[in-house]
Amino acid sequence: MSVTATATAVRSGLAAGRIETRQSLSSVQDVLGMLFIPVVLLVVALLRRGSDIGGTGFSLGSTTLAGLLGLTLAFNGFQAVAFNLLMEREDGTLLRAKAAPNGMVAYLIGKIIHSAATTLITTALLLVPGVLLFDGVRLDSVGAWFTLAWVLVLGMLATMPIGAVLGSLLTSPRNIGIVMFPLLALFGVSGIFFPVTEAPEWLQWIAQVFPVYWLGLGMRSALLPDEFAAVEIGDSWRYVETFCALGAWAALGLLLAPVVLRRMARKESGSAVEERRKAAMQ
Amino acid sequence: MSADTAAELAIEVTDLRMSYGSTTVLHGVNFRVARGEVVALLGPNGAGKTTTIEILEGFRMRSAGEVRVLGTDPAHGDESWRARLGVVLQSWRDHAKWPVREFLAHYGSLYAPYSTERITRPRDVDELLEAVGLTEQAGRRVGQLSGGQRRRLDVAIGIVGSPEVLFLDEPTVGFDPEARQEFHALVRRLAEVEDTTILLTTHDLDEAERLADRIVILARGRIVADSTPEELARQVEAGAEVRWVRDGERFTTSTRTPTRFVRELFAAHGADVDKLEVRRATLEDTYLAMVHAAESGRDGAGLPELGAPRAAVERVAEVSS
Repeated sequence: MSVTATATAVRSGLAAGRIETRQSLSSVQDVLGMLFIPVVLLVVALLRRGSDIGGTGFSLGSTTLAGLLGLTLAFNGFQAVAFNLLMEREDGTLLRAKAAPNGMVAYLIGKIIHSAATTLITTALLLVPGVLLFDGVRLDSVGAWFTLAWVLVLGMLATMPIGAVLGSLLTSPRNIGIVMFPLLALFGVSGIFFPVTEAPEWLQWIAQVFPVYWLGLGMRSALLPDEFAAVEIGDSWRYVETFCALGAWAALGLLLAPVVLRRMARKESGSAVEERRKAAMQ
Repeated sequence: MSADTAAELAIEVTDLRMSYGSTTVLHGVNFRVARGEVVALLGPNGAGKTTTIEILEGFRMRSAGEVRVLGTDPAHGDESWRARLGVVLQSWRDHAKWPVREFLAHYGSLYAPYSTERITRPRDVDELLEAVGLTEQAGRRVGQLSGGQRRRLDVAIGIVGSPEVLFLDEPTVGFDPEARQEFHALVRRLAEVEDTTILLTTHDLDEAERLADRIVILARGRIVADSTPEELARQVEAGAEVRWVRDGERFTTSTRTPTRFVRELFAAHGADVDKLEVRRATLEDTYLAMVHAAESGRDGAGLPELGAPRAAVERVAEVSS
């Protein structure tokens, strides 16, 4: 691939990301889809605003809201990326990309931009009312913004490539439950809806293996005052551990994704798309 | 490969074999396509047409044999090779949210680094939209196009990079007659005006005859004929069946020269010849006979030779008896 061709593919991918993001923002269906989860989650958090965590005086609503930002990151990174990839394999978008020179590179860049933009928009939709409505949720220091930024970036890197791997390994959008149900179970045990320290120790260990817990912790550490760390494992925000855990998942994903994506793309052909079309029509 | 052959031949397929597990779908396929030629790969469903074209497109790995497209093995074709090909895909609902013109311009932009002194890539999008008759739909979303419009967009996407070789896999499946005619005109224009090499697959003999300079008939993973439509027709003309009644008795004979046979028949028997019938095998009869022979042969045993007229005449006898 020559330098100009690479530059063209990158430019084309950036343009595709921008165009698709604009399309999402101008489509009622997409906007509702983006709004739906944050609104539901916000209502959940609002309902819990009155109660506090185990008599500590810390608002359960505030910790929930922060944790939900982590959940949104995980949801967009795993489920949405996997689902989009499955859909676009089925409808022939991927094959279309494969038929053009450097089309796959451009396609992937476009998808990354679009997914990242969707994540950032959803995050903002939760964050703005969050800061206004919840005591203790604030972004009033450079440190808080800095933490928010690196947790967001590292969080996307830890989830999107793995989402792409899952989307490549599954065969049909109708199998998305294979990703969804374990993900929902993980949300339940990852300290988003109640402090993970209230769970049995073995469950705490399971939660800490997966990135969802660390995404929630990272968001709480960015948005909540330091006193809230008292209900976390080790009474600390554990920045270093968060960085390392998310970093490890990012490394794993970035290592696996190119191999799995390439293998999946190699198998794409007109007849493969046709078979899936027939299966979907039934 | 020498530069000369590479320049003349767009596609070269030698002893191409393909198996999926224990099922063999291509048993040593050979054919060549010269630059600027339009070739139809004709055959019934399951003959191996799509497999063949997907191997040539570089979308499928072959089991054995030699394949060259524009001098390159498709299994190892790089992006600059890919830029010289056009593939018309059977789209379904991809990029449904994109406006037609924006999608075409975006897709075409990928070809820009591959312009040469001779060929400008990509094509001008507005001219292309006009050529495929989608100027009015330029601002509409892809998902809102009718089936025929959508198919024309597929062709536009396939040729936006000014391909030197264009692949069309079953391009008119599901078309109404009008859409089919428009599509045929578009393909002919491409071949005549732009000198694009075109390989298309079809199971429709009429389509092959209309579009192609040369018809390659594939049946059960083997090539059973490879000639121009005129040659095929000439081979057919060589075979005809003559029937008549004389003195209350029925006669049937197969002949390669029906006109002379009839003249001699009258010379010999004059007015005694009654209920004369001369039935020439049509191109379709020939095609069906070839496919029939290939499909009834046990894995190709006793396949007819190229364009075998005998098979056609036997078929005629069968049909009319």
